[in-house]
Amino acid sequence: MTSILILEQLLNGLGYGLMLFLLAAGLTLVFGIMDVLNLAHGSLFMAGAYVAAEAHTRSGSFVAAIVLAVVVTVIVAALLEMLLMRQLYKRDHLAQVLATFGVILVADDLVKMIWGPSPVMAPTPAALSGPIELVPGLPYPAYRLVILGAGVLVALALYLLVNHTRVGMRVRAGASDRPMAELMGVRVGRIFNGVFLLGAALAALAGALMGPIVAVQVGMGEQILIPALVVLVIGGIGSVRGAFIAALLVGLVDTIGRAFMPMLLRATLPPATAADLGPLFAEVAMYALMVAVLIFRPSGLFSARA
Amino acid sequence: MKPRFLLLAALLVALAAFPLVAPMLGMEFYIGFVRRVLVVALAAASLNFILGFGGMVALGHAGFIGVGAYTVVALSDAGVASAWLLWPAAALVAGLAAALIGTVALRTRGVYFIMTTLAFAQMLYFVAVSLRNYGGDDGYTLPARPTLGLGIDLGNETHFYWLVLALVALLLAWMQRATRSRFGHALMGIRDNEVRMRALGYPVFRIQLVAFAIAGAIAGLAGALLAGGNGFISPGAMHWTQSATLVVMVVIGGLGRSWGGPVGAVVWLLLEEVLKQYTDHWHLPLGLLLIAVALWAPKGLAALGRRHGPSRKKKTEAA
Repeated sequence: MTSILILEQLLNGLGYGLMLFLLAAGLTLVFGIMDVLNLAHGSLFMAGAYVAAEAHTRSGSFVAAIVLAVVVTVIVAALLEMLLMRQLYKRDHLAQVLATFGVILVADDLVKMIWGPSPVMAPTPAALSGPIELVPGLPYPAYRLVILGAGVLVALALYLLVNHTRVGMRVRAGASDRPMAELMGVRVGRIFNGVFLLGAALAALAGALMGPIVAVQVGMGEQILIPALVVLVIGGIGSVRGAFIAALLVGLVDTIGRAFMPMLLRATLPPATAADLGPLFAEVAMYALMVAVLIFRPSGLFSARA
Repeated sequence: MKPRFLLLAALLVALAAFPLVAPMLGMEFYIGFVRRVLVVALAAASLNFILGFGGMVALGHAGFIGVGAYTVVALSDAGVASAWLLWPAAALVAGLAAALIGTVALRTRGVYFIMTTLAFAQMLYFVAVSLRNYGGDDGYTLPARPTLGLGIDLGNETHFYWLVLALVALLLAWMQRATRSRFGHALMGIRDNEVRMRALGYPVFRIQLVAFAIAGAIAGLAGALLAGGNGFISPGAMHWTQSATLVVMVVIGGLGRSWGGPVGAVVWLLLEEVLKQYTDHWHLPLGLLLIAVALWAPKGLAALGRRHGPSRKKKTEAA
């Protein structure tokens, strides 16, 4: 019984970690190459979730909904890049934080105008709504397995792209030392445009996939943005590998804090205290992990600029 | 200097007279609003102290406001009613929390510092949420306004307003002086060139830590005044978006400008109040304003009117 529960929770943590990775991968590359802190990344995630929910409800096709969500979000991101981000490259982090926080406010209100203030229903595709018995006694929702599979696939593709292609080499060069890469003839500006759009596509994909298992609502972008930033910082800025490991770590630590700590507390402390402390551990675990990492490695685990 | 002093005196007199005049104009509701603006201006100024003058981009300042407010909650819940105890305790506890957090956070730089301060503030937020004795997520309603003695009745809205005004004015003036003291200059020196200041023998870490703790303590007092005035505090006041809003206020007002914090707080809260009356979608224009300020007025509104003032002097100093 308990081992099955543990397995189930670990799978949940893995799924959450992989989705965080989709968000953090774009963030860390954008930050690593152009030194731009884009708080509006969460808004792209939200855009993906809303478009996918709407398209899925209307068309009935889950795949079409995901494709549409990615396409629409990439178009939005391209507009954002042309109209705003280009002006921010040369500016300090504070100006970037200010402007992209402004984008968050605008995006939230636009979504509220289009879809209204209450959460939108994002249906689970009918074929995937049932559970699948992974091992005897562990029925696991098929949809969550799809998320796991998609996350692993995208992570693998991204790994191959970044580490085993010419484009990926240029991306890494730009992330580790931009001026030097430019002197060696890498068009970092153009690479960055591509990376920014790729990041937007990944954020939209994460949003579209997460939609059916979280609430699709205004503010969901800010909610996921912070864990994504935590992943970025733990992994080290500009490192996709770091983001991957950090994302899985955060996913697992979050699950441990959420599922196992309350059990442990209930077993050792009086029930009232345990009920008070349980949720606290769940929420704080991720931040404590980050602070612990930063105390020992002040620029993250695998900083590209170390 | 002289006209500026007169302007300040006039502003102070006008603010002091406001609660007497407001009822005649049917604007009694706004006495509480102006009081809240004053307190937030104080919090923003304390953030400007470390952000603008100290160059420390702290994204967790609302956490200290919360620590101050919840110190008041805890003491009130235990039966303490005297403001003489409540408010210094709020500042002290928040200052201590800031000193502890600063000890860890100040080891990091750049975006890592931003994230560390944010992480600690989020932890404080979730601690507040988990305090079920004090209302948890729903917040806590204070039984009564604190007592002060000296013939001042803090239950009276006007008296409370005046006390807040006096405290805020005193602390703003004190921070003004602090930024012009040797300590303030050392702090700005570290902001502009940390390596050089270290080479000159300044205890960089200690100076930054002291500034961080002072800012935390003042934010804690602001939290106590906020909770005392509203009679209510909820964890929502320490959410990271509140910290971001404070940073936004400081940047809008003017980083490292002596009036940056208060100007930003007044502009932001006024716009919020006015826009809310006209539309449900008041975030949108505020967001556009932020983008506009970031693009076209990077030095903030307090710097707009004085192209020939200190900004040019600064350039020649730097050259």
